[in-house]
Amino acid sequence: MSEKKIRVLIAKPGLDGHDRGAKVVARALRDDGMEVIYTGLRQTPEMIAEAALQEDVDVVGLSILSGAHNALIPQIIKELKENGQDNVVVFLGGIIPEDDINGLLDQGVHKVYGPGTDTREVCKDIREAVLAEA
Amino acid sequence: MPAEQISELRKGNRLALSRILSQIEAASPAGERALEELFPYTGQAHKIGITGPPGSGKSTLVNALARNLRDLPEKPKVAIIAVDPTSPFSGGAILGDRVRMLDLQGDKGIFIRSMASRGTLGGLAAQTEMLSQAFDAAGYQYIIIETVGAGQSEVDIVNLAHTTIVVDVPGMGDDIQSIKAGILEIADVLVVNKADHLGADQSVKHLQTMIAMGYRALRYAAGKHMLHETITQKHEEETPTQAWIPPVLKTIASDRKGIQELVDVILKHGAYLKETGLWAEKAQSAITETLRKLIISKLYTQWRQSVPEDALQDIIQQVSQRKCHPHQAIEQLLAYNKTTSN
Repeated sequence: MSEKKIRVLIAKPGLDGHDRGAKVVARALRDDGMEVIYTGLRQTPEMIAEAALQEDVDVVGLSILSGAHNALIPQIIKELKENGQDNVVVFLGGIIPEDDINGLLDQGVHKVYGPGTDTREVCKDIREAVLAEA
Repeated sequence: MPAEQISELRKGNRLALSRILSQIEAASPAGERALEELFPYTGQAHKIGITGPPGSGKSTLVNALARNLRDLPEKPKVAIIAVDPTSPFSGGAILGDRVRMLDLQGDKGIFIRSMASRGTLGGLAAQTEMLSQAFDAAGYQYIIIETVGAGQSEVDIVNLAHTTIVVDVPGMGDDIQSIKAGILEIADVLVVNKADHLGADQSVKHLQTMIAMGYRALRYAAGKHMLHETITQKHEEETPTQAWIPPVLKTIASDRKGIQELVDVILKHGAYLKETGLWAEKAQSAITETLRKLIISKLYTQWRQSVPEDALQDIIQQVSQRKCHPHQAIEQLLAYNKTTSN
């Protein structure tokens, strides 16, 4: 019928309570015409993978400010794969030290965004990544 | 791939179900084929519609309700379809109902699917019905459909449900609000949520009054005026299976108070529908309505494809310049359909 709607899950794994960034991104993606499923705070990797499965999303966007990215991200990617969702593109935003970024990309994160990122860049990257998967 | 996915769905594979739901939502040929294959297995689930104004606690209520339904002796599988509006400007949507349903996430017997209203041609209600069919065929015994109660399309959606719950909160207006026609008329069960807030008892009274007025005609056709308490009580005693009088319940969904009572009422309503034959009748009217929507959508698509774009633009121009009336424009535009289809 119409062009495919891009569905994005925005989640905050682990124990940090600051979700302004996640909400700003959610809003920007909505304004770019995507369907954003927002799950709220303090999600475990299992919860995130489960939500991604039920919602059949194309993209999972994770926001981590707690410093626990090296523990949480590999687990989330593993859970997604175990559920058969290898096609899901994972984006990460938050306070991520430079030294950790390459490691995370190797784990399967598509791109990492720091503070001050232009939301238009995020929208563009997501569209490109989803098109490449299709 | 579809045949395999369908047997996977029937076996309880949740990823297969999720992908089929997406196909159905996109109204793709694969989705339509899946629905055709699944249709013989449908008709088992009890569909529960929940609607009410924004902020009345629908999602929180659904969260609590799903929990209690799962605790029923037969441990039924529960599906939730949570509808949120699509932005008319960007076409995007923020689907935030899961935020209130966090306690449901560890339970594999519960499947929550968020749905944006999109600009679906066949109507949101038809679309929701299609999704519920997939859940039905996948063995979900209860399907809860949650939608913001703001207009006609919501009324349509809940009309497809077996049991419609309208959620209200204290302080939403006086009794004149509650006797206005519209969304309250469709309720099988009325819930005053946030019952710990000021004015809850008053809201309950308003709603009961509204119901008493509506149902007085059933027994007191001679125009007797009685207090609503007497009427509802007597009515229930004397004609237990004749007519369903929508009960008014108080809940505090965030504390899971009043939820078991709500579950009991839903079960009672389900039994009532089956006893009186209304279950089948409702299913039939849902099918009729779905067919009607599908025909409208198909005809529109066909017609739209038959009209050349420049002719359409030309006629729109004529109408906007007041050279012809929309009625005349329609005559001209529909003429295209006849020439191409014959």
